[in-house]
Amino acid sequence: MHAPERPAAPPASPASVATQAAVDVRRASVVYPSADAPVHALSDIDLTIAQGEFVSLIGPSGCGKTTLLRVIADLEPITSGQVLVNGLTPHDARLARAYGYVFQAPALFPWRTVLANVMLPLQIQGRDKAAAEAIAREQLGRVGLTGFERKYPWQLSGGMQQRVSIARALGFEPKILMMDEPFGALDEITRDGLNDQLQQLWQRERRTVVFVTHSIAEAVYLSTRIVVMSPRPGRILKIIHSTLPDARTLDMRDTPEFMALAHEVREGLADGHGGH
Amino acid sequence: MAAPLTFSQRWLPVATVLLAVLALWYAGAIGLNRAGAVERVLPNSHPNGDWTVSDLVSVTLNMERPVLPAPHQVAADLYSSTVDWPLDSPRNLLFHAAVTAQSTLVGFVLGTLLGVVLAAAIVHSRTLDRALLPWIVASQTVPVLAIAPIVLVILGSLGFSGVAPKATIAMYLCFFPVTVAMVQGLRAPQRIETELMHTYAASKLQAFWLLRLPSALPYLFPSLRVAIAAGLVGAMVAELPTGAQAGLGARLLTGSYYGNTVGIWSALVLSALLGLALTLAVAALERLVLRRGNAA
Repeated sequence: MHAPERPAAPPASPASVATQAAVDVRRASVVYPSADAPVHALSDIDLTIAQGEFVSLIGPSGCGKTTLLRVIADLEPITSGQVLVNGLTPHDARLARAYGYVFQAPALFPWRTVLANVMLPLQIQGRDKAAAEAIAREQLGRVGLTGFERKYPWQLSGGMQQRVSIARALGFEPKILMMDEPFGALDEITRDGLNDQLQQLWQRERRTVVFVTHSIAEAVYLSTRIVVMSPRPGRILKIIHSTLPDARTLDMRDTPEFMALAHEVREGLADGHGGH
Repeated sequence: MAAPLTFSQRWLPVATVLLAVLALWYAGAIGLNRAGAVERVLPNSHPNGDWTVSDLVSVTLNMERPVLPAPHQVAADLYSSTVDWPLDSPRNLLFHAAVTAQSTLVGFVLGTLLGVVLAAAIVHSRTLDRALLPWIVASQTVPVLAIAPIVLVILGSLGFSGVAPKATIAMYLCFFPVTVAMVQGLRAPQRIETELMHTYAASKLQAFWLLRLPSALPYLFPSLRVAIAAGLVGAMVAELPTGAQAGLGARLLTGSYYGNTVGIWSALVLSALLGLALTLAVAALERLVLRRGNAA
Protein backbone atom coordinates (compact mmCIF):
# COMPACT_ATOMS: atom_id res chain seq x y z
CA MET A 1 0.00 0.00 0.00
CA HIS A 2 1.55 3.27 -1.03
CA ALA A 3 1.59 6.06 1.49
CA PRO A 4 -1.08 8.64 0.78
CA GLU A 5 0.10 12.11 0.02
CA ARG A 6 0.38 13.56 3.49
CA PRO A 7 -1.42 16.88 3.62
CA ALA A 8 0.56 19.75 5.04
CA ALA A 9 -0.45 20.86 8.50
CA PRO A 10 -2.67 23.93 8.38
CA PRO A 11 -0.73 27.14 9.00
CA ALA A 12 -1.07 28.03 12.64
CA SER A 13 -3.04 31.23 12.85
CA PRO A 14 -2.71 33.05 16.17
CA ALA A 15 -6.27 32.16 17.11
CA SER A 16 -5.92 28.43 16.62
CA VAL A 17 -2.71 28.28 18.64
CA ALA A 18 -4.34 29.93 21.60
CA THR A 19 -7.42 27.70 21.66
CA GLN A 20 -7.91 24.00 21.57
CA ALA A 21 -8.72 22.37 18.24
CA ALA A 22 -12.38 21.66 17.73
CA VAL A 23 -11.62 18.38 16.04
CA ASP A 24 -8.31 16.56 16.05
CA VAL A 25 -8.00 13.35 14.03
CA ARG A 26 -4.71 11.47 14.15
CA ARG A 27 -3.82 8.46 12.04
CA ALA A 28 -7.39 7.28 12.26
CA SER A 29 -8.42 4.19 10.32
CA VAL A 30 -11.71 2.41 9.97
CA VAL A 31 -11.56 -1.11 8.60
CA TYR A 32 -14.60 -3.26 8.01
CA PRO A 33 -13.97 -6.99 7.97
CA SER A 34 -15.37 -8.68 4.90
CA ALA A 35 -15.32 -12.12 3.33
CA ASP A 36 -12.44 -11.65 0.91
CA ALA A 37 -10.35 -8.60 1.83
CA PRO A 38 -10.98 -6.12 4.63
CA VAL A 39 -12.46 -2.81 3.42
CA HIS A 40 -10.47 0.27 4.38
CA ALA A 41 -13.22 2.84 4.76
CA LEU A 42 -10.71 5.28 6.22
CA SER A 43 -6.97 4.89 6.08
CA ASP A 44 -4.56 6.93 8.22
CA ILE A 45 -6.56 10.13 8.35
CA ASP A 46 -4.91 13.21 9.84
CA LEU A 47 -7.08 16.31 10.16
CA THR A 48 -7.19 19.19 12.59
CA ILE A 49 -10.10 21.59 12.57
CA ALA A 50 -9.76 24.82 14.52
CA GLN A 51 -12.58 26.51 16.40
CA GLY A 52 -14.75 28.59 14.10
CA GLU A 53 -13.65 26.96 10.86
CA PHE A 54 -16.04 25.86 8.13
CA VAL A 55 -14.53 22.68 6.75
CA SER A 56 -16.05 20.72 3.88
CA LEU A 57 -15.29 17.09 3.19
CA ILE A 58 -15.71 16.38 -0.51
CA GLY A 59 -15.12 13.34 -2.65
CA PRO A 60 -16.78 10.63 -4.70
CA SER A 61 -19.00 8.09 -2.99
CA GLY A 62 -17.06 5.52 -1.03
CA CYS A 63 -14.27 7.96 -0.17
CA GLY A 64 -15.16 7.83 3.50
CA LYS A 65 -16.31 11.43 3.92
CA THR A 66 -19.47 10.41 5.69
CA THR A 67 -17.61 7.75 7.66
CA LEU A 68 -15.13 10.41 8.85
CA LEU A 69 -18.00 12.63 9.99
CA ARG A 70 -19.70 9.69 11.72
CA VAL A 71 -16.44 8.81 13.47
CA ILE A 72 -16.13 12.36 14.80
CA ALA A 73 -19.78 12.20 15.92
CA ASP A 74 -19.34 8.86 17.72
CA LEU A 75 -21.76 7.17 15.37
CA GLU A 76 -19.05 4.78 14.28
CA PRO A 77 -15.96 3.40 16.06
CA ILE A 78 -12.44 3.75 14.72
CA THR A 79 -10.26 0.69 14.23
CA SER A 80 -7.03 2.49 15.09
CA GLY A 81 -5.72 6.01 15.68
CA GLN A 82 -7.13 8.78 17.78
CA VAL A 83 -9.98 11.25 17.47
CA LEU A 84 -10.52 14.16 19.84
CA VAL A 85 -13.46 16.52 19.83
CA ASN A 86 -12.92 19.61 21.95
CA GLY A 87 -10.14 17.62 23.63
CA LEU A 88 -12.52 14.77 24.54
CA THR A 89 -13.09 11.38 22.99
CA PRO A 90 -16.03 11.41 20.56
CA HIS A 91 -18.03 9.42 23.12
CA ASP A 92 -17.47 11.94 25.90
CA ALA A 93 -17.99 14.83 23.51
CA ARG A 94 -21.32 13.37 22.51
CA LEU A 95 -22.37 12.94 26.13
CA ALA A 96 -21.25 16.54 26.73
CA ARG A 97 -23.52 17.58 23.83
CA ALA A 98 -20.61 19.17 22.02
CA TYR A 99 -22.13 18.94 18.58
CA GLY A 100 -25.34 19.13 16.63
CA TYR A 101 -25.73 16.70 13.75
CA VAL A 102 -27.77 17.30 10.62
CA PHE A 103 -28.50 14.16 8.63
CA GLN A 104 -29.02 13.84 4.92
CA ALA A 105 -32.75 13.40 5.55
CA PRO A 106 -34.55 15.79 7.92
CA ALA A 107 -35.50 12.92 10.29
CA LEU A 108 -38.32 14.93 11.82
CA PHE A 109 -40.73 12.99 14.00
CA PRO A 110 -44.06 12.99 12.14
CA TRP A 111 -46.14 12.96 15.32
CA ARG A 112 -44.56 16.18 16.58
CA THR A 113 -45.27 19.69 15.36
CA VAL A 114 -42.42 21.70 13.88
CA LEU A 115 -42.02 23.50 17.18
CA ALA A 116 -42.04 20.27 19.19
CA ASN A 117 -39.46 18.77 16.83
CA VAL A 118 -37.10 21.69 17.43
CA MET A 119 -37.74 21.38 21.18
CA LEU A 120 -36.84 17.68 21.17
CA PRO A 121 -33.09 17.94 22.01
CA LEU A 122 -33.80 20.61 24.62
CA GLN A 123 -36.44 18.37 26.17
CA ILE A 124 -33.94 15.50 26.28
CA GLN A 125 -31.48 17.78 28.03
CA GLY A 126 -34.12 18.45 30.64
CA ARG A 127 -34.53 22.15 29.91
CA ASP A 128 -37.49 23.95 31.32
CA LYS A 129 -40.41 23.75 28.91
CA ALA A 130 -41.02 27.48 28.58
CA ALA A 131 -37.33 28.16 27.99
CA ALA A 132 -37.13 25.36 25.43
CA GLU A 133 -40.12 26.76 23.60
CA ALA A 134 -38.63 30.26 23.52
CA ILE A 135 -35.35 28.90 22.14
CA ALA A 136 -37.14 26.79 19.56
CA ARG A 137 -39.20 29.75 18.37
CA GLU A 138 -36.07 31.85 18.05
CA GLN A 139 -34.21 29.17 16.12
CA LEU A 140 -37.15 28.70 13.78
CA GLY A 141 -37.12 32.46 13.21
CA ARG A 142 -33.45 32.32 12.30
CA VAL A 143 -34.07 29.78 9.56
CA GLY A 144 -37.04 31.83 8.33
CA LEU A 145 -39.81 29.56 9.56
CA THR A 146 -41.72 31.86 11.89
CA GLY A 147 -45.42 31.08 11.54
CA PHE A 148 -44.89 27.37 10.86
CA GLU A 149 -44.57 26.31 14.51
CA ARG A 150 -47.91 24.52 14.67
CA LYS A 151 -47.53 22.72 11.34
CA TYR A 152 -46.62 19.07 11.08
CA PRO A 153 -43.52 18.02 9.11
CA TRP A 154 -45.52 16.50 6.24
CA GLN A 155 -47.17 19.86 5.65
CA LEU A 156 -43.76 21.38 4.78
CA SER A 157 -41.64 21.18 1.63
CA GLY A 158 -38.38 19.23 1.66
CA GLY A 159 -36.31 22.40 1.94
CA MET A 160 -38.38 23.68 4.85
CA GLN A 161 -38.09 20.33 6.60
CA GLN A 162 -34.32 20.46 6.33
CA ARG A 163 -34.35 23.99 7.73
CA VAL A 164 -36.34 22.69 10.70
CA SER A 165 -33.70 20.02 11.24
CA ILE A 166 -30.97 22.71 11.18
CA ALA A 167 -32.91 24.78 13.71
CA ARG A 168 -33.22 21.64 15.82
CA ALA A 169 -29.47 21.02 15.66
CA LEU A 170 -28.67 24.60 16.68
CA GLY A 171 -31.17 24.94 19.49
CA PHE A 172 -28.89 23.75 22.25
CA GLU A 173 -26.03 25.95 21.02
CA PRO A 174 -23.54 23.21 20.20
CA LYS A 175 -19.97 24.38 19.63
CA ILE A 176 -19.73 22.19 16.55
CA LEU A 177 -22.26 21.66 13.78
CA MET A 178 -21.85 18.51 11.72
CA MET A 179 -23.76 18.22 8.47
CA ASP A 180 -23.90 15.12 6.30
CA GLU A 181 -24.94 16.20 2.79
CA PRO A 182 -27.82 18.14 4.33
CA PHE A 183 -28.98 19.59 1.00
CA GLY A 184 -28.19 16.57 -1.15
CA ALA A 185 -31.80 15.61 -1.72
CA LEU A 186 -33.00 19.13 -2.61
CA ASP A 187 -33.36 20.87 -5.93
CA GLU A 188 -30.70 23.38 -6.94
CA ILE A 189 -32.74 26.52 -6.37
CA THR A 190 -33.68 25.47 -2.85
CA ARG A 191 -30.12 24.39 -2.24
CA ASP A 192 -28.75 27.82 -3.27
CA GLY A 193 -31.13 29.53 -0.88
CA LEU A 194 -30.19 27.24 1.99
CA ASN A 195 -26.46 27.61 1.24
CA ASP A 196 -26.91 31.35 1.47
CA GLN A 197 -28.73 31.03 4.80
CA LEU A 198 -26.10 28.67 6.16
CA GLN A 199 -23.38 31.10 5.10
CA GLN A 200 -25.06 33.95 6.94
CA LEU A 201 -25.61 31.75 9.96
CA TRP A 202 -21.92 30.90 10.09
CA GLN A 203 -21.02 34.57 9.61
CA ARG A 204 -23.17 35.51 12.59
CA GLU A 205 -22.27 32.78 15.00
CA ARG A 206 -18.92 31.42 13.83
CA ARG A 207 -19.58 27.95 15.05
CA THR A 208 -17.25 25.24 13.84
CA VAL A 209 -18.92 23.47 10.93
CA VAL A 210 -17.91 20.13 9.46
CA PHE A 211 -19.81 19.73 6.22
CA VAL A 212 -19.96 16.69 3.97
CA THR A 213 -20.93 17.30 0.35
CA HIS A 214 -20.43 16.03 -3.16
CA SER A 215 -21.04 19.41 -4.72
CA ILE A 216 -17.92 21.39 -5.65
CA ALA A 217 -19.80 24.69 -5.87
CA GLU A 218 -21.34 24.16 -2.45
CA ALA A 219 -17.97 23.29 -0.89
CA VAL A 220 -16.20 26.30 -2.39
CA TYR A 221 -19.01 28.70 -1.57
CA LEU A 222 -19.31 27.71 2.06
CA SER A 223 -15.90 26.60 3.30
CA THR A 224 -12.81 28.17 4.74
CA ARG A 225 -11.08 24.87 4.04
CA ILE A 226 -11.93 22.07 1.64
CA VAL A 227 -10.77 18.55 2.33
CA VAL A 228 -10.60 16.51 -0.87
CA MET A 229 -10.95 12.76 -0.29
CA SER A 230 -10.55 9.68 -2.42
CA PRO A 231 -11.79 6.10 -2.15
CA ARG A 232 -10.15 2.67 -1.85
CA PRO A 233 -8.73 3.22 0.68
CA GLY A 234 -10.66 6.24 1.99
CA ARG A 235 -8.02 8.92 2.44
CA ILE A 236 -7.36 12.66 2.31
CA LEU A 237 -5.81 13.71 -1.00
CA LYS A 238 -5.51 17.41 -0.55
CA ILE A 239 -6.59 20.23 1.71
CA ILE A 240 -7.42 23.50 -0.02
CA HIS A 241 -7.53 26.80 1.86
CA SER A 242 -10.15 29.15 0.56
CA THR A 243 -8.86 32.50 -0.66
CA LEU A 244 -12.35 33.97 -0.66
CA PRO A 245 -13.21 36.61 1.93
CA ASP A 246 -15.20 35.28 4.90
CA ALA A 247 -18.32 37.22 3.97
CA ARG A 248 -19.73 35.69 0.81
CA THR A 249 -22.58 36.28 -1.57
CA LEU A 250 -24.02 33.96 -4.19
CA ASP A 251 -22.77 36.41 -6.89
CA MET A 252 -19.20 35.52 -5.97
CA ARG A 253 -19.66 32.21 -7.69
CA ASP A 254 -19.02 33.96 -10.99
CA THR A 255 -15.71 35.57 -9.94
CA PRO A 256 -12.40 34.23 -11.32
CA GLU A 257 -11.24 33.55 -7.77
CA PHE A 258 -14.20 31.25 -7.14
CA MET A 259 -13.68 29.54 -10.49
CA ALA A 260 -10.01 28.98 -9.73
CA LEU A 261 -10.83 27.38 -6.37
CA ALA A 262 -13.48 25.19 -7.97
CA HIS A 263 -10.96 24.18 -10.59
CA GLU A 264 -8.44 23.28 -7.92
CA VAL A 265 -10.99 21.09 -6.14
CA ARG A 266 -11.97 19.42 -9.41
CA GLU A 267 -8.33 18.70 -10.20
CA GLY A 268 -7.82 17.30 -6.73
CA LEU A 269 -10.78 14.97 -7.24
CA ALA A 270 -9.44 13.95 -10.66
CA ASP A 271 -6.07 13.06 -9.08
CA GLY A 272 -7.88 10.57 -6.91
CA HIS A 273 -9.13 8.82 -10.00
CA GLY A 274 -5.63 8.52 -11.40
CA GLY A 275 -6.21 11.32 -13.95
CA HIS A 276 -3.30 13.57 -15.02
CA MET B 1 -57.76 10.57 0.90
CA ALA B 2 -61.09 9.43 -0.58
CA ALA B 3 -64.11 11.68 -0.21
CA PRO B 4 -66.28 10.76 2.79
CA LEU B 5 -69.00 8.29 1.87
CA THR B 6 -72.52 9.60 1.54
CA PHE B 7 -75.23 8.22 3.76
CA SER B 8 -76.61 5.85 1.13
CA GLN B 9 -73.14 4.73 -0.01
CA ARG B 10 -72.28 3.85 3.53
CA TRP B 11 -75.47 2.19 4.70
CA LEU B 12 -76.98 0.69 1.56
CA PRO B 13 -74.58 -2.30 1.42
CA VAL B 14 -74.99 -2.93 5.12
CA ALA B 15 -78.78 -2.78 4.87
CA THR B 16 -78.79 -5.13 1.88
CA VAL B 17 -76.77 -7.75 3.72
CA LEU B 18 -78.96 -7.34 6.79
CA LEU B 19 -82.10 -7.97 4.74
CA ALA B 20 -80.53 -11.02 3.12
CA VAL B 21 -79.54 -12.39 6.52
CA LEU B 22 -83.05 -11.83 7.91
CA ALA B 23 -84.64 -13.55 4.92
CA LEU B 24 -82.33 -16.55 5.26
CA TRP B 25 -82.94 -16.60 9.00
CA TYR B 26 -86.72 -16.74 8.57
CA ALA B 27 -86.41 -19.42 5.91
CA GLY B 28 -84.10 -21.38 8.20
CA ALA B 29 -86.47 -21.00 11.14
CA ILE B 30 -89.39 -22.37 9.12
CA GLY B 31 -87.32 -25.27 7.81
CA LEU B 32 -85.74 -26.26 11.11
CA ASN B 33 -88.83 -25.85 13.26
CA ARG B 34 -91.20 -27.58 10.87
CA ALA B 35 -90.75 -31.08 12.24
CA GLY B 36 -91.29 -29.97 15.84
CA ALA B 37 -94.31 -27.92 14.87
CA VAL B 38 -95.95 -30.78 13.03
CA GLU B 39 -95.19 -33.19 15.82
CA ARG B 40 -95.91 -31.17 18.96
CA VAL B 41 -97.84 -27.96 18.29
CA LEU B 42 -100.18 -28.47 15.36
CA PRO B 43 -101.87 -31.66 16.72
CA ASN B 44 -102.99 -29.59 19.74
CA SER B 45 -104.34 -26.62 17.83
CA HIS B 46 -105.74 -28.60 14.95
CA PRO B 47 -106.75 -32.04 16.30
CA ASN B 48 -108.33 -32.86 12.94
CA GLY B 49 -105.08 -32.29 11.07
CA ASP B 50 -106.71 -29.64 8.90
CA TRP B 51 -103.94 -27.05 9.22
CA THR B 52 -102.80 -25.03 6.26
CA VAL B 53 -99.33 -23.96 5.16
CA SER B 54 -99.86 -20.51 6.59
CA ASP B 55 -100.78 -22.12 9.94
CA LEU B 56 -97.55 -24.07 9.78
CA VAL B 57 -95.50 -20.97 9.01
CA SER B 58 -97.04 -18.89 11.77
CA VAL B 59 -96.51 -21.72 14.26
CA THR B 60 -92.86 -22.32 13.31
CA LEU B 61 -92.11 -18.63 13.75
CA ASN B 62 -93.71 -18.37 17.19
CA MET B 63 -92.80 -21.59 18.99
CA GLU B 64 -91.93 -21.55 22.64
CA ARG B 65 -88.84 -23.71 22.29
CA PRO B 66 -87.87 -23.56 18.66
CA VAL B 67 -84.75 -25.16 17.24
CA LEU B 68 -84.01 -21.82 15.60
CA PRO B 69 -85.95 -18.88 17.01
CA ALA B 70 -87.13 -16.29 14.50
CA PRO B 71 -85.51 -12.83 14.56
CA HIS B 72 -88.62 -11.12 15.91
CA GLN B 73 -88.73 -13.58 18.82
CA VAL B 74 -85.12 -12.80 19.67
CA ALA B 75 -85.79 -9.09 19.33
CA ALA B 76 -88.85 -9.31 21.57
CA ASP B 77 -86.93 -11.33 24.17
CA LEU B 78 -84.03 -8.89 24.07
CA TYR B 79 -86.42 -6.01 24.52
CA SER B 80 -88.40 -7.52 27.37
CA SER B 81 -85.32 -8.79 29.17
CA THR B 82 -83.66 -5.38 29.09
CA VAL B 83 -86.69 -3.24 29.80
CA ASP B 84 -89.02 -5.28 31.99
CA TRP B 85 -86.56 -5.72 34.84
CA PRO B 86 -84.50 -3.26 36.87
CA LEU B 87 -80.89 -2.94 35.74
CA ASP B 88 -79.50 -4.68 38.83
CA SER B 89 -81.78 -7.68 38.47
CA PRO B 90 -80.21 -10.94 37.31
CA ARG B 91 -83.16 -11.26 34.96
CA ASN B 92 -82.01 -8.19 33.05
CA LEU B 93 -79.66 -9.07 30.20
CA LEU B 94 -77.92 -5.73 30.44
CA PHE B 95 -76.88 -6.67 33.96
CA HIS B 96 -75.13 -9.73 32.56
CA ALA B 97 -73.62 -7.70 29.71
CA ALA B 98 -72.20 -5.29 32.26
CA VAL B 99 -70.68 -8.14 34.28
CA THR B 100 -69.02 -9.53 31.16
CA ALA B 101 -67.94 -6.07 29.98
CA GLN B 102 -66.33 -5.42 33.34
CA SER B 103 -64.14 -8.50 33.31
CA THR B 104 -63.38 -7.94 29.63
CA LEU B 105 -62.24 -4.37 30.23
CA VAL B 106 -60.18 -5.21 33.30
CA GLY B 107 -58.54 -8.07 31.42
CA PHE B 108 -58.04 -5.86 28.38
CA VAL B 109 -56.30 -3.12 30.34
CA LEU B 110 -54.09 -5.60 32.19
CA GLY B 111 -53.40 -7.56 29.02
CA THR B 112 -52.43 -4.42 27.13
CA LEU B 113 -50.06 -3.41 29.91
CA LEU B 114 -48.58 -6.90 30.03
CA GLY B 115 -48.25 -6.92 26.24
CA VAL B 116 -46.48 -3.56 26.14
CA VAL B 117 -44.15 -4.47 29.00
CA LEU B 118 -43.27 -7.81 27.40
CA ALA B 119 -42.65 -6.12 24.05
CA ALA B 120 -40.46 -3.47 25.66
CA ALA B 121 -38.44 -6.18 27.41
CA ILE B 122 -38.11 -8.14 24.19
CA VAL B 123 -36.87 -5.24 22.06
CA HIS B 124 -34.36 -4.17 24.70
CA SER B 125 -32.84 -7.55 25.35
CA ARG B 126 -31.69 -10.05 22.79
CA THR B 127 -31.72 -12.74 25.47
CA LEU B 128 -35.33 -12.08 26.39
CA ASP B 129 -36.20 -11.99 22.69
CA ARG B 130 -34.92 -15.53 22.31
CA ALA B 131 -36.16 -16.75 25.69
CA LEU B 132 -39.65 -15.27 25.80
CA LEU B 133 -41.00 -15.21 22.28
CA PRO B 134 -41.33 -19.00 21.81
CA TRP B 135 -43.19 -19.28 25.12
CA ILE B 136 -45.49 -16.42 24.23
CA VAL B 137 -46.39 -18.07 20.96
CA ALA B 138 -46.78 -21.46 22.64
CA SER B 139 -49.09 -19.96 25.28
CA GLN B 140 -51.62 -19.18 22.58
CA THR B 141 -51.68 -22.70 21.19
CA VAL B 142 -53.11 -24.03 24.46
CA PRO B 143 -56.90 -23.95 24.15
CA VAL B 144 -58.35 -21.34 26.46
CA LEU B 145 -61.19 -23.71 27.27
CA ALA B 146 -58.63 -25.99 28.93
CA ILE B 147 -56.82 -23.21 30.74
CA ALA B 148 -59.89 -21.51 32.10
CA PRO B 149 -60.92 -24.13 34.72
CA ILE B 150 -57.32 -24.47 35.92
CA VAL B 151 -56.95 -20.73 36.38
CA LEU B 152 -60.30 -20.53 38.14
CA VAL B 153 -59.42 -23.35 40.53
CA ILE B 154 -55.97 -21.98 41.34
CA LEU B 155 -57.09 -18.38 41.78
CA GLY B 156 -60.11 -19.58 43.74
CA SER B 157 -57.89 -21.47 46.17
CA LEU B 158 -55.84 -18.29 46.60
CA GLY B 159 -58.98 -16.46 47.57
CA PHE B 160 -59.58 -14.63 44.29
CA SER B 161 -63.10 -14.80 43.03
CA GLY B 162 -65.48 -12.59 41.12
CA VAL B 163 -63.85 -10.41 38.49
CA ALA B 164 -60.21 -11.40 39.03
CA PRO B 165 -60.22 -14.93 37.58
CA LYS B 166 -62.35 -13.93 34.61
CA ALA B 167 -60.19 -10.89 33.93
CA THR B 168 -57.11 -13.08 34.14
CA ILE B 169 -58.39 -15.31 31.38
CA ALA B 170 -59.38 -12.30 29.28
CA MET B 171 -55.90 -10.91 29.86
CA TYR B 172 -54.40 -14.21 28.77
CA LEU B 173 -56.02 -13.78 25.36
CA CYS B 174 -55.47 -10.00 25.18
CA PHE B 175 -51.76 -9.69 25.69
CA PHE B 176 -50.66 -11.78 22.74
CA PRO B 177 -51.72 -9.58 19.80
CA VAL B 178 -50.47 -6.53 21.70
CA THR B 179 -47.06 -8.09 22.33
CA VAL B 180 -46.59 -9.14 18.73
CA ALA B 181 -47.66 -5.76 17.34
CA MET B 182 -45.64 -3.77 19.86
CA VAL B 183 -42.45 -5.76 19.23
CA GLN B 184 -42.83 -4.79 15.60
CA GLY B 185 -43.85 -1.22 16.42
CA LEU B 186 -41.07 -0.57 18.92
CA ARG B 187 -38.62 -1.71 16.26
CA ALA B 188 -40.21 0.56 13.66
CA PRO B 189 -37.99 3.65 14.16
CA GLN B 190 -35.57 4.04 11.30
CA ARG B 191 -31.85 3.95 11.83
CA ILE B 192 -31.53 7.68 11.20
CA GLU B 193 -34.09 8.41 13.95
CA THR B 194 -32.30 6.15 16.39
CA GLU B 195 -28.99 7.80 15.53
CA LEU B 196 -30.52 11.22 16.02
CA MET B 197 -31.44 10.27 19.59
CA HIS B 198 -27.93 8.86 19.96
CA THR B 199 -26.34 12.21 18.99
CA TYR B 200 -28.52 13.87 21.63
CA ALA B 201 -27.10 11.45 24.18
CA ALA B 202 -30.68 10.45 25.03
CA SER B 203 -31.07 7.77 27.69
CA LYS B 204 -32.73 4.48 26.84
CA LEU B 205 -35.82 5.59 28.70
CA GLN B 206 -35.95 8.86 26.75
CA ALA B 207 -35.45 7.03 23.45
CA PHE B 208 -38.28 4.71 24.42
CA TRP B 209 -40.65 7.42 25.52
CA LEU B 210 -39.90 10.00 22.83
CA LEU B 211 -39.20 7.80 19.81
CA ARG B 212 -40.03 4.13 20.15
CA LEU B 213 -43.43 4.42 21.81
CA PRO B 214 -44.85 7.09 19.48
CA SER B 215 -43.52 5.12 16.49
CA ALA B 216 -45.30 2.03 17.80
CA LEU B 217 -48.73 3.62 18.27
CA PRO B 218 -49.91 3.00 14.68
CA TYR B 219 -49.08 -0.67 15.28
CA LEU B 220 -50.66 -0.75 18.73
CA PHE B 221 -54.21 0.27 17.88
CA PRO B 222 -55.08 -2.40 15.32
CA SER B 223 -53.81 -4.95 17.82
CA LEU B 224 -55.99 -3.43 20.54
CA ARG B 225 -59.05 -4.00 18.38
CA VAL B 226 -58.10 -7.65 18.01
CA ALA B 227 -57.27 -7.85 21.71
CA ILE B 228 -60.57 -6.52 23.01
CA ALA B 229 -62.53 -8.96 20.84
CA ALA B 230 -60.33 -11.79 22.10
CA GLY B 231 -60.77 -10.52 25.65
CA LEU B 232 -64.54 -10.73 25.33
CA VAL B 233 -64.24 -14.35 24.24
CA GLY B 234 -61.95 -15.01 27.20
CA ALA B 235 -64.32 -13.40 29.68
CA MET B 236 -67.30 -15.39 28.38
CA VAL B 237 -65.38 -18.67 28.35
CA ALA B 238 -64.32 -17.97 31.92
CA GLU B 239 -67.97 -17.69 32.94
CA LEU B 240 -68.76 -21.21 31.77
CA PRO B 241 -66.84 -23.58 34.09
CA THR B 242 -67.74 -21.73 37.27
CA GLY B 243 -71.36 -22.18 36.41
CA ALA B 244 -71.21 -18.50 37.05
CA GLN B 245 -74.42 -16.89 38.11
CA ALA B 246 -73.80 -13.76 36.10
CA GLY B 247 -72.44 -12.77 32.73
CA LEU B 248 -73.42 -13.39 29.14
CA GLY B 249 -71.46 -16.66 29.10
CA ALA B 250 -73.44 -17.85 32.11
CA ARG B 251 -76.65 -16.92 30.33
CA LEU B 252 -75.62 -18.97 27.33
CA LEU B 253 -74.96 -21.91 29.61
CA THR B 254 -78.24 -21.69 31.57
CA GLY B 255 -80.09 -21.18 28.31
CA SER B 256 -78.72 -24.43 26.96
CA TYR B 257 -79.40 -26.27 30.25
CA TYR B 258 -83.05 -25.39 30.13
CA GLY B 259 -83.51 -25.58 26.38
CA ASN B 260 -84.30 -21.88 26.33
CA THR B 261 -83.14 -21.29 22.76
CA VAL B 262 -84.59 -17.81 22.55
CA GLY B 263 -82.60 -16.86 25.67
CA ILE B 264 -79.42 -18.28 24.16
CA TRP B 265 -79.94 -16.27 21.03
CA SER B 266 -80.60 -13.02 22.82
CA ALA B 267 -77.46 -13.51 24.91
CA LEU B 268 -75.58 -14.24 21.71
CA VAL B 269 -76.89 -11.15 19.94
CA LEU B 270 -76.15 -9.00 22.95
CA SER B 271 -72.59 -10.33 23.19
CA ALA B 272 -72.10 -9.50 19.51
CA LEU B 273 -73.38 -5.99 20.17
CA LEU B 274 -71.12 -5.73 23.20
CA GLY B 275 -68.12 -6.80 21.10
CA LEU B 276 -69.06 -4.22 18.49
CA ALA B 277 -69.40 -1.49 21.10
CA LEU B 278 -66.04 -2.34 22.68
CA THR B 279 -64.30 -2.37 19.29
CA LEU B 280 -65.87 0.97 18.42
CA ALA B 281 -64.68 2.38 21.74
CA VAL B 282 -61.12 1.32 20.93
CA ALA B 283 -61.42 2.84 17.45
CA ALA B 284 -62.63 6.10 19.01
CA LEU B 285 -59.66 6.06 21.37
CA GLU B 286 -57.36 5.53 18.40
CA ARG B 287 -58.81 8.51 16.54
CA LEU B 288 -58.45 10.63 19.64
CA VAL B 289 -54.79 9.72 20.16
CA LEU B 290 -53.64 9.70 16.54
CA ARG B 291 -55.63 12.74 15.50
CA ARG B 292 -52.66 14.87 16.35
CA GLY B 293 -51.18 14.86 12.92
CA ASN B 294 -49.66 11.45 12.36
CA ALA B 295 -50.86 11.30 8.77
CA ALA B 296 -47.46 11.08 7.11
